[in-house]
Amino acid sequence: MIPLSWYLIAAAALFCIGLVGVLSRKSAVSILMCVELMLNAVNINLVAFWHYHSQLQGVSQVAPQVFVAIVFIVAAAEVAIGLALIISAYRRRETSVVDEMTLLKG
Amino acid sequence: MSGLQVVFLIAAAVTIFSGVMVVASRKMMHSALWLILSLMGVAVLFGSLQAGFFAIVQILVYIGAISILIIFTVMLTRRMMDEGHPGLIKGWWLPALMGVILFGLLAVFISTWDNFQVMLNELPANPENLAGFGAALVDPAGYVIPFEVASVLLLAALVGAIYIAVEGKEKAG
Repeated sequence: MIPLSWYLIAAAALFCIGLVGVLSRKSAVSILMCVELMLNAVNINLVAFWHYHSQLQGVSQVAPQVFVAIVFIVAAAEVAIGLALIISAYRRRETSVVDEMTLLKG
Repeated sequence: MSGLQVVFLIAAAVTIFSGVMVVASRKMMHSALWLILSLMGVAVLFGSLQAGFFAIVQILVYIGAISILIIFTVMLTRRMMDEGHPGLIKGWWLPALMGVILFGLLAVFISTWDNFQVMLNELPANPENLAGFGAALVDPAGYVIPFEVASVLLLAALVGAIYIAVEGKEKAG
């Protein structure tokens, strides 16, 4: 079967890719996409440790499943609010590039 | 090397390659399509962990709902992403360098854990115990409060999203 380490390394790689994207993309929509990548990396870790913990205990563990479900819910809420804000900002400023959202500068 | 390991390696390679393409694509629409492929890869990884329920939820929620939302937003805000408008900031190599360093540190750090190389064996029958999971979500001694808080959060987020997105149209019209 598959070693736990493979999942941890793959999740770490995906998280770092998402982090690089958040820090280096210009468009707010792209930044949200990279945040989704990071959340998915966290979910891989949680599911891998759910499997590991269930294997240790011999029965399926509920707590990690609840964690994963809540990460899903938060991701859905975050993307709904984020995209609504981007559309609203785009209507007012005709841009979704974060560098150009400088309304507070006057 | 067993068949499951080959499946894992292919899925992980697809996931990570499409993750890189999400960051590196010039056009946002291409990024969104690569993101869908990456989420599919994550769903396969869930499946290889015997978490079939979460693999299905991943496909329904991420690929069915979130990707569609992202693609809609890309289409609604695409005009400023013309040719010659690079998607990355000028000093993009600095975050890239930081990401590589962070990955190295993470890999070294987690490899010091004793059970790092432990094998994930096949779980006994009924590995997910979905009935127990569902009962725990509405059990007062279990997770009913996080579950209800999450429900209210999702409801508030969706109502707020509709309000925020529609507000501008009312003012214009």
